[in-house]
Amino acid sequence: MAHGGGGKAMRDLIDDVFVSAFDNDLLSTMEDQARFNLSDLALHGDRLAMTTDSYVVHPLRFPGGDIGKLAVCGTINDLAVGGAKPLYLSCAVIIEEGLEVDTLREIARSMAQTARLAGVSIVTGDTKVVDRGACDKLFINTTGIGVIREGLNLGADRVRPGDAILVNGLLGDHGAAILNARGELMLSTPIESDCAALHKLVDTLLAAAPGTRFIRDATRGGIATVLNEVAEASQVGILIHEDRTPLRQEMRGFCEILGLDPLYLANEGKIACAVPQNEADAALTAMRNHPLGRDSAIIGQATDGRPGRVVMQTVFGGRRIVDMIMGEQLPRIC
Amino acid sequence: MQYVDEFRDPEKAKSLLQEITELSARLRKGKRRPLQIMEVCGGHTHAIFRYGIETMLPDDIELVHGPGCPVCVLPMGRVDDCVQLAEIPGVIFTTFGDAMRVPGSKKSLLQAKSEGADVRMVYSPLDALRIAQQNLDKEVVFFALGFETTMPSTAMTVLRAEAEGVINFSLFCNHITIIPTVKAILDSPELEIDGFLGPGHVSMVIGNEPYEFIAHKYGKPIVVAGFEPLDVLHALWMVLKQLDEGRSEVENQYARAVPGMGNCAALEAIGKVFELREFFEWRGLGSIDHSGVRMRKPYEAYDAEKKFAIRSVKIADPKSCQCGEVLKGVIKPWECKVFGTACTPETALGALMVSSEGACAAYYLFGDVEKIHSRRAEAEGAKAMAVAEAGL
Repeated sequence: MAHGGGGKAMRDLIDDVFVSAFDNDLLSTMEDQARFNLSDLALHGDRLAMTTDSYVVHPLRFPGGDIGKLAVCGTINDLAVGGAKPLYLSCAVIIEEGLEVDTLREIARSMAQTARLAGVSIVTGDTKVVDRGACDKLFINTTGIGVIREGLNLGADRVRPGDAILVNGLLGDHGAAILNARGELMLSTPIESDCAALHKLVDTLLAAAPGTRFIRDATRGGIATVLNEVAEASQVGILIHEDRTPLRQEMRGFCEILGLDPLYLANEGKIACAVPQNEADAALTAMRNHPLGRDSAIIGQATDGRPGRVVMQTVFGGRRIVDMIMGEQLPRIC
Repeated sequence: MQYVDEFRDPEKAKSLLQEITELSARLRKGKRRPLQIMEVCGGHTHAIFRYGIETMLPDDIELVHGPGCPVCVLPMGRVDDCVQLAEIPGVIFTTFGDAMRVPGSKKSLLQAKSEGADVRMVYSPLDALRIAQQNLDKEVVFFALGFETTMPSTAMTVLRAEAEGVINFSLFCNHITIIPTVKAILDSPELEIDGFLGPGHVSMVIGNEPYEFIAHKYGKPIVVAGFEPLDVLHALWMVLKQLDEGRSEVENQYARAVPGMGNCAALEAIGKVFELREFFEWRGLGSIDHSGVRMRKPYEAYDAEKKFAIRSVKIADPKSCQCGEVLKGVIKPWECKVFGTACTPETALGALMVSSEGACAAYYLFGDVEKIHSRRAEAEGAKAMAVAEAGL
């Protein structure tokens, strides 16, 4: 608790753990704010994009990542899907008293490495320590800013009937990995989180399919939630094909035994996008050539069916509605 | 995936559907209503909707959704009892997932959890026993529910608790048995069921013999069915073949999982730990004789109803609820006055809307709600017109 009260102990914590990990010119001035030259920003485009997210995942570490990697990738992705080039992040942490400094150091290093690989700098931040029990080990908030280049206008309301719907790979891995990492299910599975920064994949997609209408990362609530949101915003119907939705074989088994629907499981490295039909093949090829898009697939299309309604053609040949999920999915009983 | 993909083959489905269409057309000739086949088990209801099977069947067949969902038939009073147990200081209340959302008269277990009660989801009763062993200063109660499908694992857990000398563990027993349920359906004057799809996983435990009375005393075909979409279609086809050939027999479509004689070890464990209650209260169906089980005397130490002073108040369903009629298949979920309006998965009045096997939840999640509302408006319009014409 001595750390939260300002003063030398706090300064030491920040220096020791965070500044040394994040290590960049903007941060090392240790002013209360990071400062940017507007003219530098304007080199990248004509609009500023800003987003924020808080990360409270437990457990802190899981197969494929940790809360730090998640906090960096998630915010980068929220910028990227708007067509923004992600540039800078802030990092505010709330630490429960008693959390081992080594854990904190490990997570800070993970954030730093993830940011470095993504070409993004963490330039300002805050640390607070709270009483035991006042938060669950560690909460992280990251706010990101990026710049959108001129002429690029992606939006959930821009999709038209006939547009192809694509995803960049195997769905549901993150949700399954987290569920399993919580230890309640006692299942042995190699499924890992797909946590990844997607801005370079998005650049590839936009270069190949400049008419792309809409991109969104399929995080909490899974792909089904994104599709419902865009169907509603654009007032189109969406038809997807179950036999074209890419799923890891182990994921199919995991979901079958538990009675979970993979369409609703969270992803942290997957986007859904809508592109004009005549650009669909180019988009698919470009994504498949990117390391984060090898299993990309065209899963369906927007239709002039009932607006706001997402329908799935099942492997079996019937049709069912894919609605918004109410609350969390729970495993089957019998 | 083995045992999954083969049973979802759309090509095989096509040929089955063709035969089903021909058979049902022939059987329906001259009858004023379509053939009514009831799937007893909520798992089948879910499968039917999940794969869009209803959208593939001809109009000559109507699927009637039965009461085989153990969460759906929980009376509100029992949910209140769970909440009461969960709110006792020092108690860890463990339960299967779905049951957490069922509304009690004041709140659900999920709401009790958000207010500070220690309610934990488990996948198996053995997990609950483990929690008891890891928390010796607490009392762990397991909410034991389900038909015969889940009874063996509960029974085995009690036997293990006894063998390992665990004393801070008990169960709140709400296990129910399927046969009295089906008999209540058969005796119901409001229903005219032509044939049944039998519950596949219950049958894994009890075998096929208990259903003989359905075929011989009531003269109805019953086919025990698996849960993949081809299983459901295949079993439907088998029911129609029986009707076409004038037979009424118990057949086993799910032979790859259901042994004809049931599972001896499971039945032995059940028989050791449980005995039938004289009667048990079912939501919407009232009291049914010999339909519930309780712990036998030697295992009373593991009976939460003996360990704790449970209020056990009988709570009437809300007036607007038509859960009972839906459970019996007398009305379709969308024919309930409050379906999709006052009663939705987020604001559920009854368990059928929150259980993953509930007919209402299946219709709401997978079915076409707007179409349902317009069908209902049409039906009401037609009724109003008929009344007006009768008055003229």
